This record gives sequence, C-alpha cells and structure tokens, in this order.
Amino acid sequence: MSQIYNDPIGHWVVVVVAMTLLLFVVLTATAYTVWFERVALGRIQRRPGPNRVGPFGLMQLAADGVKLAFKESFIPEKTDRIIYVLAPTIGVAAAFLAWVVIPIGLWGNVQYWIADVNVGILIIFAVSSLNVYAIVLGGYASNNKYSLLGGLRSAAQLISYEMALGLALVPTFMIVGSLRLRDIVAYTVSWGPYHGPIPLILLTPIGFLIYIISATAETNRTPFDLPEAEQELIGGFLTEYSGLKFTMYYLAEYLNVITVSTLAVLLFFGGWYLWVVPPVIAFLIKVVLVLFLYIWLRGTFPRLRYDTLMRLGWKVLLPLAMANVIVTAIVLVAVQG
Amino acid sequence: MADEETDEKPKPQSVASDVAALVTGLKTTLTETFRPVVTTMYPEDKTPRSERYRGRHYLRRYDNGLERCIGCELCAAACPVGCILVIAAENTDENRVSPGERYAKTYEINMLRCIFCGYCEEACPVQAIVLGPEYELSDTSREKFIYNKEKLLEPLPRDVQARLDAKGAPHPHPLPSGERDT
Repeated sequence: MSQIYNDPIGHWVVVVVAMTLLLFVVLTATAYTVWFERVALGRIQRRPGPNRVGPFGLMQLAADGVKLAFKESFIPEKTDRIIYVLAPTIGVAAAFLAWVVIPIGLWGNVQYWIADVNVGILIIFAVSSLNVYAIVLGGYASNNKYSLLGGLRSAAQLISYEMALGLALVPTFMIVGSLRLRDIVAYTVSWGPYHGPIPLILLTPIGFLIYIISATAETNRTPFDLPEAEQELIGGFLTEYSGLKFTMYYLAEYLNVITVSTLAVLLFFGGWYLWVVPPVIAFLIKVVLVLFLYIWLRGTFPRLRYDTLMRLGWKVLLPLAMANVIVTAIVLVAVQG
Repeated sequence: MADEETDEKPKPQSVASDVAALVTGLKTTLTETFRPVVTTMYPEDKTPRSERYRGRHYLRRYDNGLERCIGCELCAAACPVGCILVIAAENTDENRVSPGERYAKTYEINMLRCIFCGYCEEACPVQAIVLGPEYELSDTSREKFIYNKEKLLEPLPRDVQARLDAKGAPHPHPLPSGERDT
C-alpha cells in the first residue's frame, strides 16, 4: 500500500479514485439526509413522511431528482446571466471542497480521507465561508427584490455567526494543540485507570453549544433560515431559481448540513471512536445522531426575527465564545502549569 | 407566565427561564416523535363518511326497471347553480320509460357547476335523484363532467340502495296498475 503512495502516478490514481468514491458517498448521503429529515420531521408532527416511492419511501429522492432534472431550466429576463448561473455552482463547489480534509475513519491500516492537512479545520472554515458568495451573488443576479433581500440578510447573518463559530472551536484547539482533524479525534487522556480517546464535549460543553447554534445559522437552517424565509421573502435568494440550478442550491444546503454535523462529531464526539463499534460505522452512527439533533431543532423552534438574530449573534454568542476561550486558557495554564 | 400578559411591559425574563422554555419545546417535540402517526393513508384507507354524505348523483329505478324520473324539472328549478338540464318526453304504451305521464328524455348534470347542496334530491317528488357517497370525481376533460342520463342511471352502491329501501318513502303519485312502490 505504501509503495503505491510513494509512486507519484500511483499516488494520484489513489487520490482520484478516493475523490470519485467520496463524491458518490457524499451525494448518496445527501439524498438520504433529505429522506431522513422528511421522515423525522414527519414523525415530530405525527405524520409518516414520504412512504410512497420504494420501501419506506427510500426512493423518494430518486423521484425528486428526476423531477428536478427534467424541469425547465429557466433564466428570467434582465438577470446578470453569468453570475446567475455561476452562483449555485459556487455553492456546490464550496460544499464539496470541505470534504477534502474531513477524515471519516481509520480502520486498521486503511485511512478513509483524501488529504490529511495540518490546518484541516481552517480549510473547512475557509471553504464553507464561500457559501455566502453563492447566496449573495445569487440574490443579486436574480434581479428580484426578494432575492436581493435574502442575499443581504444572508451576508449579514453569515458574517455575524462565523465569528462565534470560529471562536467556539478555539478552546478545542487549545486543549488538543493541533488544527489537524485527525489529531483532534485521536486526542487521548489518562484519567485514572482510563487511557484512551474521549469525546471533547466533556471538556468544552459551552463550545459545543455555541458551535451547534452558530452552525445552524451558518447553514441557513431553521430557526435561522432568514435568507430563504418563505413567509416573508417568498424564497429569498432561491426565488428565481428552478430546475437544476435550484437543485444545486438544495444540494449545497444539505451538503453543508452534513459537513457541520460531521465536524461536530469530529470535534466534540470523538470521531470514529466508540467503544467496540467498528470505526466507520461508529462515525456514521454519530453523524446520524447529530443530524437528528439538527432536524429536531428545525422541528421545534420558530424562525427568529432579524434583530433578535443579530442580538443573539453579537451580544450573546460572541461574548460567550470569548469568555469560553479565556476561561479555558486560564484553566489550561492552571492545570498544565 | 400567562397571567403576566396583562402588564404593559412584560417583565424581562431571566436567561434561565428562556432556556427552560427552549428545553420544554424540545421535550415536547421529542415525545411527539414517539407517539403513533395519525395520518390516514388515503387511497388505501378512507375516513368514514356520514350516511347522508352528498357526493355524485344517481337516478333511481323501480324494481321492475322503470325509471323513477317523471321529467317534472323540479330539480332543475330548485338547483341554485342551474347545473341540471331536463328535457321531458311523453310516455306511450309502446315506449314506457317511467310510470307517470312523462319521462326525462335528456337528463344531464354538469358536475363542474354542481355545488352538491342536495336541493335536487329534496325537490324531487318521486325520489328519483339522490346524491350518493362517491366524492372522487376527477376526470381528464371538461366534457366528461357532464353526466348524462346513462351515467346517472348506474346502479347505486349496495349499502345506499339498502338504506333507501329501508326508508320506504311514500309514493306521491299513482302507480300503474299492479306496480308496487319500492
């Protein structure tokens, strides 16, 4: 195996195969996340959710995909055509790029990741911030007041919550001492008789809380889905999009949801370590649970008003995140000397 | 908290109570998740309809096969939206369609206009027209919604027929000799 890696051509072959594989895995995961969300939301509202297409409605996404693909790809008049077409592509590209550095598991000697970058988490943040361009540019190019309003809201919201999101994770890095996702997952402690990896949420519960709130806002999900607020803004930046371009936005949204859930698992729940459960399966179980948390939040809370959204971001989460960093720093110095 | 709503300025609530409210919400949705689903699986299961549900119309016949409708047009007169068209013709001994003097040569109901009020049923002196239980009346063209006599004379669903038979409504006009009302 290592010989293939050392050979330059073999290395590239492995990387390309891994990327293709990941593309399929993540796309399938996205499809079933949508299914999972619809079923879970249905259950919360005491409905069965999709159950017509295939067993348990599992083929629903295939049906939806075919429907969306065959819809007319309509470009409204007086739009900025280039940007209008480019915007959803940016969204999908950004959403997929984050997966380059996400490690899925370490099973025996096989590593389930594409690139093991020593600043992995920074890359994810850098790339996922690009998502705001997709929304702002899409809103601007649509030549529609609702789209523009949605885009503007999104810009303000994403910038506000990005800070809290970043700061929420700083204590984790301080404890682990590395930005490499693999190191964060493999962080081991020796607590009395126990020696092994721990879910970091035990050490940074407040960080997790801020992370999950900010991440919900980052991915434009209810209760922070102001950019697309159906009731006020028709569909926000999505108003003028249809067919495949709409599908791309839709895909990007769910990809981002999976990405932040995965990141939560990696950073706070010990990644692929779970008792005796095989690594990749353990990882999958954890991601599904975090996804359920997201859906649960969506099924529970109503959308925030815009000013309360801003107040929560700037006056609550940001100071809390900063305090969290400072307190963690003090505790770390006190413990480690 | 509800009794404080009368105050002009609501008391600033503590962070703890806000968080408690959020937790209550989450708890509620989580318990709902594990309660049974209440949906009726529509095309397979249907919600029960009342006995007197007003769905599509039927024209009834007597047991001997004669049509009940006597072409009096009272249904058409009673109809608030004018969706019933009746053109009557005389019964003759060679061509006896209904027991009375006249019968409906044409009987059409425009189901697109019909509001299913049931006034036609009420107006009919011979209980010829009744509204049955069917409500799934969608079709593929406007023409198909004009129900002609042939379609309206289709036999009623068994249970509806049995119910009407049990009622045994009195007959308001003389029957041909030897005939018994049903």
